[in-house]
Amino acid sequence: MKKLAYFPGCAMKDQARPDEAGTLHALAALGYEVAEIPRWNCCGTVHSLAKDDLMRHVGPVRNLIRVQGMGEKRVLTLCAMCYGTLKRSAQFVREEERLARINAFLDTEEDFRGGIEVVHLLTLLRDEVGYEKLASRVKRTLNGLKVATYYGCVLLRPREFAVDDPDRPEVMERVVEALGGAPVPFPERMECCGAYLTVGRSDIVTDRVGRILRSARGSGADLVVTTCPLCQFNLAERRPPVAPTLPVLYLGQVLGWAFGADEPANLFPLGGAR
Amino acid sequence: MSHEPPPANRNPGPEAGHRSGVTGRGPRIGVFVCHCGKNIAATVNVEQVVEAISHYPGVVYAARHEYMCSDPGQDLIKKAIGEHRLTGVVVAACSPSMHETTFRRAAEEAGLNPYLLEIANIREGCSWVHEGPETTDKAIRIARAMVEKVKGNHPLSPIEVGHAAKCLVIGGGISGIQAALDIADAGFEVLLVERTPSIGGRMAQLSETFPTLDCSQCILTPKMVEASRHPRIRLLTYSEVAEVTGYLGNYHVVIRKKPTYVDPDKCNLCGDCATACPIRVPSEFDRGLSERAAIYVPFPQAVPSSYTLDEASCLGLNPLRCSECAKVCTAGAIDYDMPEERIEEDVGAIVVATGYDLYEKERMAEYGYGTVPDVIDGLEFERILSAGGPTKGEVRRPSDGKVPKEVVFIQCSGSRDPELHKSYCSKICCMYTAKHALLYRHNVHDGKAYVFYIDIRAGGKDYEEFVVRAMEDERILYLRGKVAKVFRDGDKVVVWGVDTLTGKRVEVAADLVVLAQAMVPSAGTGELARKLRIACGGEGFLKEAHPKLRPLEALTAGIFLAGAAHGPKDIPEAVAQGSGAAAKAIAILSAPVLTHSPEVAEVNEDLCSGCAICVPQCPYGAITPGDVAHVNELLCEGCGTCVAACPSGAMTMRNHTDLQVERMIRAALAEAVEVAGG
Repeated sequence: MKKLAYFPGCAMKDQARPDEAGTLHALAALGYEVAEIPRWNCCGTVHSLAKDDLMRHVGPVRNLIRVQGMGEKRVLTLCAMCYGTLKRSAQFVREEERLARINAFLDTEEDFRGGIEVVHLLTLLRDEVGYEKLASRVKRTLNGLKVATYYGCVLLRPREFAVDDPDRPEVMERVVEALGGAPVPFPERMECCGAYLTVGRSDIVTDRVGRILRSARGSGADLVVTTCPLCQFNLAERRPPVAPTLPVLYLGQVLGWAFGADEPANLFPLGGAR
Repeated sequence: MSHEPPPANRNPGPEAGHRSGVTGRGPRIGVFVCHCGKNIAATVNVEQVVEAISHYPGVVYAARHEYMCSDPGQDLIKKAIGEHRLTGVVVAACSPSMHETTFRRAAEEAGLNPYLLEIANIREGCSWVHEGPETTDKAIRIARAMVEKVKGNHPLSPIEVGHAAKCLVIGGGISGIQAALDIADAGFEVLLVERTPSIGGRMAQLSETFPTLDCSQCILTPKMVEASRHPRIRLLTYSEVAEVTGYLGNYHVVIRKKPTYVDPDKCNLCGDCATACPIRVPSEFDRGLSERAAIYVPFPQAVPSSYTLDEASCLGLNPLRCSECAKVCTAGAIDYDMPEERIEEDVGAIVVATGYDLYEKERMAEYGYGTVPDVIDGLEFERILSAGGPTKGEVRRPSDGKVPKEVVFIQCSGSRDPELHKSYCSKICCMYTAKHALLYRHNVHDGKAYVFYIDIRAGGKDYEEFVVRAMEDERILYLRGKVAKVFRDGDKVVVWGVDTLTGKRVEVAADLVVLAQAMVPSAGTGELARKLRIACGGEGFLKEAHPKLRPLEALTAGIFLAGAAHGPKDIPEAVAQGSGAAAKAIAILSAPVLTHSPEVAEVNEDLCSGCAICVPQCPYGAITPGDVAHVNELLCEGCGTCVAACPSGAMTMRNHTDLQVERMIRAALAEAVEVAGG
């Protein structure tokens, strides 16, 4: 068993529990001993665009200090948002002066020494497990199910933190393929779902979600997968009344199913599908 | 290569007289200080400089003038040389790169060897960069140092060399053709080398030209024919420059002429061979929009008009393999045993006109990475618009041959995008896109044309009027904004953009998208530049010697630049630069003798151990190793690197010896001279 530090983030303990359940089931089947990091806190969720905004990095860096405390060199995230914030902070503190200032601020913690790698479920499956091994371990094939691969924004932007070529990603398609599905790389797979406008301007989100789902359905998809809890929420809950009734699942749900997880625990709720 | 230069005049000859060198009576130096209006006088007290330097040992005369480079200023120097029997002159003024030639010529006119005049730069190195009283002190020190240098100078004569009266033109596009014709018309032999089977270049691929809408081939082909028929032009198509050695006036070039396997004298262009050939590959000339056989003519008006057998796509030059073409050739023109030719020539000058390519649309992630068949580049659209093109001039799209009813033209595709692509403006795209949209509307009357642009750059004679005509008379919809994404949706190509004037998103379900791709130097430009020892700029275009005053010349003497290999250019500019480069080349070819500065490195053969440490240090390849090092004075640019590298002190720079430099340093660092009355 290979030990792997794991940062869940808030959604995995609430709305996205099926994602976590399915993913952890699959990772165990792939030989990983996933260890949740102790006393983790919010990742920060939204990255600050201000260059001198050190405060924004305190939260993510504290999580990285927990990984360091476990004696681990890397940490896994499932959520696209958590991946973005942790990865950016890990990069931000590579500059010594910044690191020193953050450490000075976090005076109740041990100093962060840097050098923790942040990996996303997708990059782990691609770079370490490999598509071939993934395919060979699958217990239940998706059997040609047409899966629209929805990246949304933060997995691919900004380009220096992207999990793949931000203009022509293929990692999610290759994973779906390995699970026996037929990936549908539809035109709007990299478009923003509207994100936090869901709070104050849900009309904009509803408009965008309608376009995205029509694009997916128009390309022949049977369901949509994503790794972002906010995308999942918006695509499932903010869809316009006349939108296609496509289910929107977490990648982890599909992964778990393919590795034989219990259906009721893993699959429900079938986001958005009535 | 046969012309050895005469030895430089290291010692004053008998005709030099008492003013031409340091005589037994000691140096008599004159110093002339320039005000340069306020450029120098604002921060340097010129009068104090004159006063101080006039007391310096060896200085017998010092004067100042408002503008020393003016005729009265030069006359002041000439008069003083005669009246004060000066043996050396220092002009304290601007950089020697500005007026050294002016003042040395004046000295020569007054009977003083020009190499006994030196410039003390008290402007760029002093008055422009300092203020306060130290500025005057520094000017005096610079002048003193140059007085010391002049004291050690010897009179010299320029090195003279003969040259070949022939020119090599590389690249058979419009710019190269123009250069070749102009040089040949002036009475000199020209070798015109073209890599592809025909001359004509990019211009041969174009449909009509902006802003007059002349048919491109109609105005080009007479020039092509003229070049091929000219008695003094030797056309070498399907050929590449393999090696270049030598220097200004005496370049030795080796050209590899690939076998075409067809005898052009026998070929009667019947085309039976191409019909018989079982191979079909994408046509380069039609940018892959049509196919050609392995034996082919790139286009009907090709020059030379003969078929070429492309070895790479042929089944094998072996009668046992195929030989279908040879079987049907009644003229007996096909010869599978045709060898490669190696041509060696001596030329006096070289014109480089290797042209451009388009930045590959496969690099445009946002526009589908070249995977959408109905997203094409500007040259593909030119072929579609051409009467001799793959659609016989009817606008039909590549995927299904339908007439596109909505066409989106995207300008600056790959240009002006420093983050992802090229940062520069490709200059011609605003114009050719207007032309494309206009010709499309002429072709498809009920068609809709959209142009996305950042801004319109139509600087050129009648260019703005042409764009306005496209916008207003042809009802082409110009949208100011960039296109974010292009993707295929069924049989449509969906374009997402923004109109920044209204702030609205724009979505067009188009039938065809034309990308005005950035211009880049043609493939192989860098490799050729290395062979020629000329420089390329950051984006790979050939670099000129000076961006304003020497735009036609490479930094290597005797090599000239023409056309889009030097930077994005339209046809009139490429033609003008071709003619300009030709004029520059003619100046060399027609000179009775070429001269080179005598201020070059020389070897003291008694001291040289032949260690050859200097050889790799020389950036000009001017040193040949041997028992003792040998400096080719014509290649030497006088940089002095070899002098610094030589462990035996055997290498010296004429009029720039270690002793002179040491004395200059001492003079510059000596205690400040008391300025009389100051």
